Amino acid sequence: MAESPTTSVSGLQRLLRHQLVWPVLALVVLLLVNVAAKPGFFDIRMQDGHLYGNLIDIVRNSAPVLLVALGMTLVIATRGIDLSVGAIAAISAAVACTRIVGAADEGALTTAVMACTYALAVCILLGAWNGFLVSVLGIQPIIATLILMVAGRGISMAITDGQITTVHNNTFSDLATGYVLTLPVAFLIALGVCALTAVLTRRTALGMLIEAVGINPEASRLAGVRSRTIIWTVYAFSGLCAGIAGLVIAANTNSVNANSLGLWIELDAILAVVIGGTSLAGGRFSLMGTLIGALFIATLARTVNNIGIPSDLNYLFKAIVVIAVCLLQSPKVRSVFRVRRPGATGSSGSVGSAGSATPTLAKAGRS
Amino acid sequence: MTQMDVTPAAQAATPVVAGVDPVIEMRDISIGFGAVQALDAVSVRLYPGEVHALMGENGAGKSTLIKALTGVYSIDSGRIVVGGVEREFGSPAAAQEAGISTVYQEVNLLPNLTVAENMLLGREPRRFGAINVRAMNRRARATLEGLGIDIDPTSELGEHPIAVQQLVAIARAVDVEARVLILDEPTSSLDADEVAKLFEVMRGLRDQGVAIVFVSHFLDQVYEIADRMTILRNGKLVEERMVADTTQLELVKLMIGRELEVLDRIDRKVSARTADESGSPVLKAIGVGRKGSLEATDLELYDGEVIGLAGLLGSGRTELARLLFGADSADTGEVVIGSERRRLRSPRHAIDRKVAFSSEDRKAEGVVGDLTVADNMLLALQASRGWLRPIPQTTRTRLVEQYLEALDIRPRDGAALMRNLSGGNQQKVLLARWLITDPEILILDEPTRGIDIGAKAQIQAKVAELAAQGMAVVFISAELEEVLRLSDRLVVMRDRRKIEERPNDDVSVGDVLEIIAGESREEEGSRG
Repeated sequence: MAESPTTSVSGLQRLLRHQLVWPVLALVVLLLVNVAAKPGFFDIRMQDGHLYGNLIDIVRNSAPVLLVALGMTLVIATRGIDLSVGAIAAISAAVACTRIVGAADEGALTTAVMACTYALAVCILLGAWNGFLVSVLGIQPIIATLILMVAGRGISMAITDGQITTVHNNTFSDLATGYVLTLPVAFLIALGVCALTAVLTRRTALGMLIEAVGINPEASRLAGVRSRTIIWTVYAFSGLCAGIAGLVIAANTNSVNANSLGLWIELDAILAVVIGGTSLAGGRFSLMGTLIGALFIATLARTVNNIGIPSDLNYLFKAIVVIAVCLLQSPKVRSVFRVRRPGATGSSGSVGSAGSATPTLAKAGRS
Repeated sequence: MTQMDVTPAAQAATPVVAGVDPVIEMRDISIGFGAVQALDAVSVRLYPGEVHALMGENGAGKSTLIKALTGVYSIDSGRIVVGGVEREFGSPAAAQEAGISTVYQEVNLLPNLTVAENMLLGREPRRFGAINVRAMNRRARATLEGLGIDIDPTSELGEHPIAVQQLVAIARAVDVEARVLILDEPTSSLDADEVAKLFEVMRGLRDQGVAIVFVSHFLDQVYEIADRMTILRNGKLVEERMVADTTQLELVKLMIGRELEVLDRIDRKVSARTADESGSPVLKAIGVGRKGSLEATDLELYDGEVIGLAGLLGSGRTELARLLFGADSADTGEVVIGSERRRLRSPRHAIDRKVAFSSEDRKAEGVVGDLTVADNMLLALQASRGWLRPIPQTTRTRLVEQYLEALDIRPRDGAALMRNLSGGNQQKVLLARWLITDPEILILDEPTRGIDIGAKAQIQAKVAELAAQGMAVVFISAELEEVLRLSDRLVVMRDRRKIEERPNDDVSVGDVLEIIAGESREEEGSRG
């Protein structure tokens, strides 16, 4: 992922290493636990031109959370939060499925394409509605998106008449279960959106302006940043991402249950963002971190089955792991580690972390 | 605002110092924060039944002193004697127990509770373990009546205007049987009638023997209500004075002091640069004002001239600058930029018309700490272009390199994080942010506050250079020497309005002090 093509390469690498070291470490540890429990965990075999295995399942299952988390990352960077993503996913699936079922030729390729396009347009509108509430009316993000979180379920119920709608369209099914170049389509879609997000934020000035608004809204306003447009954009984008996630989830079962589709996915997405190192207080964000966070969550779900945690302890186990990861990332806990190696701060020539570089820079600035 | 008067308006008998023991005596108080000495052997005496004004500019140590007295900060050395007994307060609660109550600038009460609940929060009368609401309301009503405040104690606090909430805060402080009441900038958001009401309450309390510490930036108010004052400057005690024996001019001189002319080498020849005032002004403010911050004010700004805005803190100098830029929206009047006449509603409008504004509050309103120096520099330009049109990489590099060099920013590294820079270098980055947008009008509010002498000189030199190249500059600073050195025209603010405007030829610091102190009122009268 092109984190930032604008900063110098060495600075970029140092930053990346510093930011992502803990999420990556957590992911690696989790994978090692799985291997320890089942030595064949990493096995990948080729069958009918597709890859199969635990790792493939993990990347495929991570797709919905990753999609939602990408939009969430940008929203959180502006000091906001989007609780409505699960409901938007359900609406997206409901719209697409009812249109496919209602189409003249249910199995045709164009039917699927048209239905999905239509559904995603609706989702962008819903996201823009959230953006309107937050940026124009000034409603707190958590409240503004709570409205659609609750109402959205009702809307998707109304669209499907409260029925579980089942579709028969191979193109649509392929969104979740298909393979391209031996890899699952769902993951490729998520990866594609991830790349798109990176281009959108780092090749344009959107990323920098989002961060500026998130770090210091007043300074940004006085510098002339149109924060209203920025905030509107990120919520609309979050709606789009949630919509794509909804399609992938529905395609997995070829059906939509308006009551349960995407339920609590907002929490997993927020978790993925936080594990990836983006602060809930807004400001700097890391898409690579979010990717790793989403993979971590999918791996965690797989781990529960793999190492045989009893299903009634499932949530407890997840909670403990998440708390451990969050603690590892907290500056206070990290500072405990930092104090233990005071020698490192003295030699500024060594590849220092940002922590040890800080005093050096500050001194140079004052001289 | 009350009419100005050369002789103090306080008619009340000043407390007899001889024979009465001070209720509080702070002796040789010192407090340091790291390398900064916030208070250096400062002594203050408070007598019962007096209003004691604490005077000084920003950073003089007023709030540190108050926090030392109320137990928020612990003191490094010195003694605090309360009623003849030496005390040290470990916490605000301990100070309150000893009868020292504080009402802060921002009313920190709970707007969703009733007036009575706010007044007695934490010490509600109880009955069988439950709060006795009737007794609480009765007690609150009695206290309010005692102060002559006519409001219903059962009403919700948030329903009342700020001024009334302020009075409730005082009532709360008094209810604890305060011997000392500290009012930190209580009048900053009140209008004249509300101030009068507040003063009435204060006089009532003073007559009951309460010692009141009053902090305000409004000289007229100090002269109206205070009996004695202690003047601080740069963390040191300047003098303790009776208000009646001190003219406003003397007071202002004591507060501001005279700094050494270290910067004299930027000897700018004012006469060499003649602003073209024959043409039409690039910026014109017509009756621009905003309730509670600035009375309707006119101002004209021409190409290539520097207008210096002088005045004390809270005089309206910052408020005027913010209205010119649209950082706050004006209630009255309009700003004409070039030939276009319109009401500025947001900074965006001003920026589109080539106006730039650097706020006095560098940290809260300028610096984006977690972004790089390069991003901070390019923020305003990028914001103008919109997010879809990023600045090309080569342009970015060129601009950043150019301004790192031109303004001598250290470290000379665009990838450094902004928050790691020193104040002076941050200020230069912010200046660069605006210069990159190629403005025609540059408004600088305290661009040299709190930065080292070298950076200060560099910024001043840059301002002079820009004006020489034809930029119109509004320059605001608390340091009069600096304002006088740089500006072609001088505008003096006081009590939220413009009281004087004159060309800066042979104006001395003393002259400006006199104007600020309000001793040249005949000119003000003729101005109409």
